[in-house]
Amino acid sequence: MKIDEGIAQATPSLGSRRRQYSSYAIAALMVLVFGAARLPFEAGLTRQHRAASFGNVQLNLGLRAKIGQLGFLAALSGFRTLVADLLWIQAHTAWEKVEYGRMNLMLNTVTTLAPHNVNFWDLSAWHMAYNASVAAFNDSKQPKLVRRLQAQHQYFMVGKDFLERGIANNPGAYVLHQSLGAIYRDKLEDHWNAFLEYDKAAAFARAPTYEKRFAAYELAKVPGRERQAWERLKRLYDMGPQERLPTLEKSLKAMEEALSLPEEQRVYKTPVQNPLDIIGKKLQIP
Amino acid sequence: MDAPLSAFSPRAATVQHRFFSPGRVWALATNTLTELIRLKIFYFLLLFALLLIGSSAFLVQLSFQDQFQMLKDVSLGAMSIFTSLLAILATSGLLPKDIEDRTLYTILAKPVSRLEYLMGKLSGVVLLLFVSMLLMGVMFAAVLFWRVHVVTGELVTGGGPQELIDQQLRDLHATAYNPNVWAGGLVIYAKACLLASLTMFISTFASSSIFTVIVTVVIYFIGHLQATARDYWQVSNGAAMGHLTKAFLAFVSLVFPDLQLFNLVDEIVVGTPIAAWLLYKTLGLGLMYFLIYLLAAFFVFSNKEL
Repeated sequence: MKIDEGIAQATPSLGSRRRQYSSYAIAALMVLVFGAARLPFEAGLTRQHRAASFGNVQLNLGLRAKIGQLGFLAALSGFRTLVADLLWIQAHTAWEKVEYGRMNLMLNTVTTLAPHNVNFWDLSAWHMAYNASVAAFNDSKQPKLVRRLQAQHQYFMVGKDFLERGIANNPGAYVLHQSLGAIYRDKLEDHWNAFLEYDKAAAFARAPTYEKRFAAYELAKVPGRERQAWERLKRLYDMGPQERLPTLEKSLKAMEEALSLPEEQRVYKTPVQNPLDIIGKKLQIP
Repeated sequence: MDAPLSAFSPRAATVQHRFFSPGRVWALATNTLTELIRLKIFYFLLLFALLLIGSSAFLVQLSFQDQFQMLKDVSLGAMSIFTSLLAILATSGLLPKDIEDRTLYTILAKPVSRLEYLMGKLSGVVLLLFVSMLLMGVMFAAVLFWRVHVVTGELVTGGGPQELIDQQLRDLHATAYNPNVWAGGLVIYAKACLLASLTMFISTFASSSIFTVIVTVVIYFIGHLQATARDYWQVSNGAAMGHLTKAFLAFVSLVFPDLQLFNLVDEIVVGTPIAAWLLYKTLGLGLMYFLIYLLAAFFVFSNKEL
């Protein structure tokens, strides 16, 4: 009898069980009500985060196939850029092994995971347009020059594509415009587009002053734009001795000659010859 | 003789006892902190975190801009992982341990309410997380200053046009000393506190600490996908979608916390500026979660048969 009483005391009574269940119900209700109340706030906050460039990354099944289950899980759990960093180091290893095809895939994944990292876009483009393209041109396994040139051009375009996507994701990065300008200038020899990109880079407040010079140099190489180029170069020249670098002086002189500017407008006047020299030449005095 | 006797009378004791006392909560919090600091797991986690942050300086030898990018990624990633782990592991063991060694009965036999007990325990974990964040932050700042010092020396002695060096130094300082990084640290701390409160809530009805850990980790992963479920549920509300799918998406959206909102570090590290109001809103949401889970934990714990 005493043992039964003890068990009865140890087992929760019906009343206490009811109280316990009702407290569970209250807690569940509280979580649900809070869930409903926070829903519009969270949706709004998510929109505000996205508008401020936070969390604008599409983590889809395509990415899952590229980075594996563990990487995808880590990316989902808030360690996206950490996964991107590790893949970047792997891409660097692929570069050391001269595996440019694999490297391209990895760089695409890296930039997908960290689209707001300007360096990733910039260096990915540089690897493709400058390193992979040279490797493709020097490919000893491909005897046909046409094919090698084709492969080289494809890598130029891959580099350009990286920068264009990078600019779309980071509209405030002047460095990407500068790098795109360099690809147009050095690899595609498209000086008009190179000028446009350098000009865009120069428009940023943080951009270094040489962007303006680079834009002017490229414009000077575009046929039919000599007048515009001269005006830009002249403006830079007038800014002071710090801008009067050898390339600028050379370009300015070339534009003045190309435009056949009158003497009074020229910065570089036609040298006045010494009358004694003229007489000397005529008399053929050594 | 009458006066001392009346002071100990039950009536006097009832009058003197307050339902809620911050002093009692503080006493419980400091005791919990001491108890947690004595656990080996704290040292293991902290050591790993500090090692990872310290080693980040050697992990990153590509170009100087990448170097700081990676240094911050690895350090803040380590902070995020270890504070989250610490929050879950430290909180999950509190209630079961107190029940197992009967400390809980001793505490509750005193004039300590169950709310005070829960608040005290949770405050102890919050303090522990603060100490850990502080240590990791100091380590991170030290590594950062050291790397900046080294790279500045390399740039200055490396030679080259002065204009380019100046530009690189400006970029270096802008990349390295971005004050938004500390705002990122605050958000990491808020997320860890939220997780601690959630773990506390789960542990009030869980049968064991392992169960608590597993459930919280599952919620952690689902929490990072909650926004996707919510978007899908809200955007395609009128679209052809099965009732079961709708109910499931609604359940995920309403029950699970949106932890993705606390992942600002990824963008902060690359220099995306965070507006003060956006930071306050995010921290405010974290505080709301913290309080709601604490309150829910109190409701369950107040009627729990001990």
